Amino acid sequence: MIRAEAVHKRYGLLEVLKGITLEVAPREVMCLLGPSGSGKSTFLRCINHLEKINSGRLYVDGSLVGYQERGGRLHELREREVCRRRTEIGMVFQRFNLFPHMTALENVVVAPVLVKKDSRAVATTRARSLLDRVGLSSKVDSYPNQLSGGQQQRVAIARALAMEPKLMLFDEPTSALDPELVGEVLDVMRGLAEEGMTMVVVTHEIGFAREVGDTLVFIDEGVVVEVGAPREVIANPQHERTKAFLSKVF
Amino acid sequence: MIADGEMGHPPEEIRAVPLRHPGRWVGTAVLLVLGAMLVHDITTNPRFGWGIVGTYFFSTPVVQGVEKTLELTFVAMAIGVILGVLFAVMRLSPNPILSGAAWLYIWFFRGTPVYVQLLFWYVISALQPTISLGIPFGPEFVHMSANSIVTPFVAALLGLGLNEGAYYAEIVRAGILSVDHGQFEAAQSLGMRRAPLMRRIVLPQAMRVIVPPTGNETISMLKTTSLAVVVTYPELLYQTENIAARTYETIPLYIMASFWYLLMTTVLTIGQYYVERYYARGTSYALPLTPIQKLRRNLTTLRRVPFSATSAGGS
Repeated sequence: MIRAEAVHKRYGLLEVLKGITLEVAPREVMCLLGPSGSGKSTFLRCINHLEKINSGRLYVDGSLVGYQERGGRLHELREREVCRRRTEIGMVFQRFNLFPHMTALENVVVAPVLVKKDSRAVATTRARSLLDRVGLSSKVDSYPNQLSGGQQQRVAIARALAMEPKLMLFDEPTSALDPELVGEVLDVMRGLAEEGMTMVVVTHEIGFAREVGDTLVFIDEGVVVEVGAPREVIANPQHERTKAFLSKVF
Repeated sequence: MIADGEMGHPPEEIRAVPLRHPGRWVGTAVLLVLGAMLVHDITTNPRFGWGIVGTYFFSTPVVQGVEKTLELTFVAMAIGVILGVLFAVMRLSPNPILSGAAWLYIWFFRGTPVYVQLLFWYVISALQPTISLGIPFGPEFVHMSANSIVTPFVAALLGLGLNEGAYYAEIVRAGILSVDHGQFEAAQSLGMRRAPLMRRIVLPQAMRVIVPPTGNETISMLKTTSLAVVVTYPELLYQTENIAARTYETIPLYIMASFWYLLMTTVLTIGQYYVERYYARGTSYALPLTPIQKLRRNLTTLRRVPFSATSAGGS
């Protein structure tokens, strides 16, 4: 589903990603772990072209992210095409980023109607069932500021799912939540994983990574330090940096 | 709850001696004296000519002038808003041609006095006697005299609207910049393109920042329309001056015009209040009550006072 080959990303002189190479299979749940500033969120944002990579190659579903290769050269994609590809990738943010001027239902309805040109009736029906699925059928008419953080994040997941993506990206989805609200969001994500959604999750929730993740990737200072099955990496880290990080997190 | 249970009686209500404010009494006295002097002058000085104010207040040319003033205000403001949103979005565009053109427009129209711009539109036919449609530097298909197109109304609209567009662009730009960057990213991640993203996600949120200065600009525009006198557009001040030129009752007529402007700006101020409430949706748990709601609630609570007093005593 995703293939990254030596992906580099610079902000001015600061090199954030120094050659990330990894692969995510369909239906795989990959958890990215690492200290803050290690580049894991940046990598996630490169996958749907919110950030442009400086070198390397990044493929989603077989096609290059943001570019087209013709005659041995890369051509930038038009906005239309970049946007079309983004519709296939759902993203959930640390700070939810719900649209505050819309109710929960409108938040979920707006993109399918505007982007996929679904009829409002069809989009509304699907939005209601999605909100029901994340346990918020009683909150459809609430505005985001009337919802708790956990509820907002579940609306945000429903909003991303409304585009029927092939792939979901989660950027520290529980980091901004009060501890007692983390569980309800992780439960929804676990449900998604069980249904076979391909997911890339940047998280500090070691428990979630161990129970739900198929692969755990430890990233530090812009490079992949260690990749493996979550239980093995957590129980028996091979690298000093992984050990040091895990000992701090636990 | 805990205090109640432990102490066995509710805490005593504080009945402190209120702080005295002698300064306020002195201030009130001074203002009352000044106010009395003003009222005395206004009522006894015959040069105010209150009777003349009343005579002309609803006279046909004045009422027509008021209508024209309102028409000019709203149409010029509409042009300003449309141009303002357009140029603000252009200004923030990644396309350097668009943002550069918008910058140039704002620079020019904000940098020259609106009075001079109005004068220019008024004498445009001296600069461009004919206006024609056709291929640039090539054949022309339609010829028109500038005077037939740029009537006083059009000159006033162009002068006021184009100028407003430049100011309004900066207001809209500030509004767009006030929207959290996460909103752009969330909308982009859903595959929204720039136009729908702006229209449905960013601009509605920018409205909270844009609306208060819009009310301000509309009120300002209503007063600035009086400059349309220079393009001989028969709005309120033009009609007032016409009557004054005929009757020599300059002061009463200017007073009359001022009352009309004050009346119209008051109505706009009230309208602004309700529009602001509308765009505050989703930003606070409960909106404050409108003055009418407050009045209604005060009246109902007044009526309910004996009831609540007995029920509070009983429990």
